[in-house]
Amino acid sequence: MSTTVNRVGLPRDAYKGAATTLCAGCGHNSITNHMIKALYELGVEPHLLAKMSGIGCSSKTPAYFVETAHGFNGVHGRMPALTTGAHLANRQLIMLGVSGDGDTASIGLGQFMHMIRRNVDCTYIIEDNGTYGLTKGQFSATADLGSVQKKGAVNTFQPIDPCAVALALGCSFVARSFSGDGKQVVPLLKAAIAHRGTAILDIISPCVTFNDHDGSTKSYSWVKDHEESIADVSFIPFFEEVQVDYEPGTVREVRLHDGSHIVLKKLGEDHDPTDRRAALRVIEDGRAEGHLVTGLLYVDTKMDDFVTTEHLPARPLKDLGEDDLRLSREDFAQFMSEFA
Amino acid sequence: MIQTNVNDLTIQAATVNGSGSQTANLVLTRAIFHMGIPVAPKNVFPSNIEGLPTWYQLRITPEGHMARSDKVDVLIAFNVATWKEDLKTVRPGGVVIHEDAFSTADARTDVTYYPVPFAKLAKAKIQSDTLRKQLANMIYVGVVAGVLGIPWEALEHGVKRQFLAKPKAVQVNLDAIKVGFDYWQDNFSKQDHYHLEPMTGVVEGKVLVEGNQAAALGALMGGVTVVAWYPITPSSSLCEYVIAYADRFRENGDGEKKISVVQAEDELAAVGMAIGAGWAGARAMTSTSGPGISLMAEFSGLAYYAEVPVVIFDIQRIGPSTGLPTRTSQADLGFVYTLSHGDTKHLVLLPGSVEECYEFGRDAFDYSDRFQTPVFVLSDLDLGMNLWMTPAFKYPEKPFDRGKVLGKDDLEKLAGEWARYRDVDGDGVTYRTLPGTDHPAAGYFTRGSGHDESARYTEGADAYARNMDRLARKLETARHALPAPVIDEAGRKVGLIAFGSTHAAVVEARESIDVDYLRVRALPLSDDVVEFIARHEHVYVVEQNRDGQLFDLVRLALPPQLVDRVRSIRHYNGQPIPAAAIVEPLKQQEMIPA
Repeated sequence: MSTTVNRVGLPRDAYKGAATTLCAGCGHNSITNHMIKALYELGVEPHLLAKMSGIGCSSKTPAYFVETAHGFNGVHGRMPALTTGAHLANRQLIMLGVSGDGDTASIGLGQFMHMIRRNVDCTYIIEDNGTYGLTKGQFSATADLGSVQKKGAVNTFQPIDPCAVALALGCSFVARSFSGDGKQVVPLLKAAIAHRGTAILDIISPCVTFNDHDGSTKSYSWVKDHEESIADVSFIPFFEEVQVDYEPGTVREVRLHDGSHIVLKKLGEDHDPTDRRAALRVIEDGRAEGHLVTGLLYVDTKMDDFVTTEHLPARPLKDLGEDDLRLSREDFAQFMSEFA
Repeated sequence: MIQTNVNDLTIQAATVNGSGSQTANLVLTRAIFHMGIPVAPKNVFPSNIEGLPTWYQLRITPEGHMARSDKVDVLIAFNVATWKEDLKTVRPGGVVIHEDAFSTADARTDVTYYPVPFAKLAKAKIQSDTLRKQLANMIYVGVVAGVLGIPWEALEHGVKRQFLAKPKAVQVNLDAIKVGFDYWQDNFSKQDHYHLEPMTGVVEGKVLVEGNQAAALGALMGGVTVVAWYPITPSSSLCEYVIAYADRFRENGDGEKKISVVQAEDELAAVGMAIGAGWAGARAMTSTSGPGISLMAEFSGLAYYAEVPVVIFDIQRIGPSTGLPTRTSQADLGFVYTLSHGDTKHLVLLPGSVEECYEFGRDAFDYSDRFQTPVFVLSDLDLGMNLWMTPAFKYPEKPFDRGKVLGKDDLEKLAGEWARYRDVDGDGVTYRTLPGTDHPAAGYFTRGSGHDESARYTEGADAYARNMDRLARKLETARHALPAPVIDEAGRKVGLIAFGSTHAAVVEARESIDVDYLRVRALPLSDDVVEFIARHEHVYVVEQNRDGQLFDLVRLALPPQLVDRVRSIRHYNGQPIPAAAIVEPLKQQEMIPA
């Protein structure tokens, strides 16, 4: 057995969690493994990680990675509120939210949107399978128009595309991927974690039990056949040097606030990930052509995150004591006298 | 027949909402208070920005009664829409100061009229077009001052105090008051028997504070650092005061703020943010009212079951549903106590004065940290939004009680041997760690689903029941630690039980009925309540809701042989309960001649 450790001296096993209770072959389990890889390779210190989730199959997964980290499995669709509060209390925490398509696009749509509006520094993963698994296969709001349910029912409603919604709201980091595409998910996860602000990562993650049949647009085979990556993405963390040489004009680099780099290698048409309107167009074009566009759609590295707009001190609010928080005796007496 | 009435009268100003009358009323209040005379203002306002009728009652008694009066001595009639009805409320022998243009064709003959051409005076004497409407209200302050004998020095103080932040406004307002004062001097001679005279002995050392101001100050002194809220009457002002006070006292010189106040997208998010912050170790709160507390039900159950500290202020208004959004009640008691589905039960603090709004608003954070559970502070519109005369608040001498939190060193001493929900001390209160604690054993998984002592997911029957029993044990521990009832007892046969803002009416009622008194200050109920009832033949539970919610809770706590001793007095029309609403039914039931 290898004793390889990462930059904080931990082996890969330190990033594992409890055994999964999801179905064998569930896309979410792949995402969990990608998460373990990303967190291990980034050298995230487990005690600084806060794993947040709502309710549903996806929201169970924080129990399946980094067992020694704190986790909070809250109420349905309300992960953003808990995450916002926890981050305000301790801005040093690395907030990692895991949600699903029901959790995000239906019951929690409001919180999803308002978290983006505040640009709370967190990674927000949507494990998106277009169906309600735990309640046995109802359509969710991300199911595509015309997608067929296992028992034959056809979805008659327009889908809510979390990436398009996020882009419309001016989200500072928007990406889409596929649970079966670890080569893309892992660097996107790393980039999302390194990004300062709300990073939305919509990962299509097939539900093998209720939504993996012919006619579903969230099945393994459909996604494999229709995935169209806009660029090859790699991530170079701040603690590694950029060493790869590319031919001029073939890559775009995005430097994140912590000194990390996202390197995007052109595949087809050149997509500028700092152009929000272009990102919306890429999604729309893909949809019109029947493709699932994946990759880093948009990033804004300049936008202030929530603790910055709130003017919070560097020291976590949770660590402030009486001397920091109470009025002094003099101020208190003066203040009381003003009520006379 | 006419006897001089000194410092014992109720002024009622009937005006139009949004016209600036509140400022005039506050100037009048502060001027009279400055004379050393106790004041008890009640603002009856509509759910409206501008145009609907509004009333301001200023009760003046030498004793300092704080409850609402159901009699009007001096009416200021400024609103033609309610003029005829307002006139009916005046006590025979009372005074009516009214706009001269109002019709007095079928007016009463048992009151003294001082008709004043307010509109004409405003037009002629107030130069500023933009301020005329607002300043017109100040003219009536001058007339009232003339009628009742308020010295100019007191008026000056009232105006200066009211415009503390806007000293430029002082002179124009004083000028407007002078217009009314002069008009009275020039046109009337005193026909009524009401007088105000400077006095001493009651108001010294006292201040005028709204309950929401007191609670906001309490929360800051209690160390709140995360406030998440959604605007709703009558709780909005609490968070707005937090914002204002934090701007003044929580800002570093370099613009950093030692607090975050978030206006959330709704009440679900508001309480969720507060719970997230409480979980991560901050002192966190939200504040809401009726409809908002309904929306917070699910999250409150999570915080109860996952054992997360959070403070929730409920400034009650009258429901059900939207109800009367700007009227008071005590009808959330039963709902809040068991807020959320399943066997949920909460700690509820019941401030009965603005001083307790401050103290409980501060100590709620200690209780919440100590018992790792939501603590509700149940105030109401009357307490929260009206000014109350109170002794100045005391500076806290105790440090924060952060409860059972294990840090890195503790975990090292324990060699990592701890479990989040293991009842080590037998009091039902377990040890927690905060995210960010640098120890490999610190992390645990918080969840609203079934969990065992180590916070692992379980649907096990025994583990579930064991956990629920421990939570009940924790509540029992808390029950003995919460503020005990205040008892004033002298072996009388009849007792009264009340809570919250009803206190003011009880104090006054006890001047005319000889009864013992127990004031409940927290839920779950103290054993003192049962014992108090056991010592009395009859005990009346007085409260401001239709269904006798505290009455029900009290009876549930009693052994069968005591249940029949308890009776119920309820007041629920949205107006703060007056003493008469206690005295009359009690005399009737006890067959005491009126």
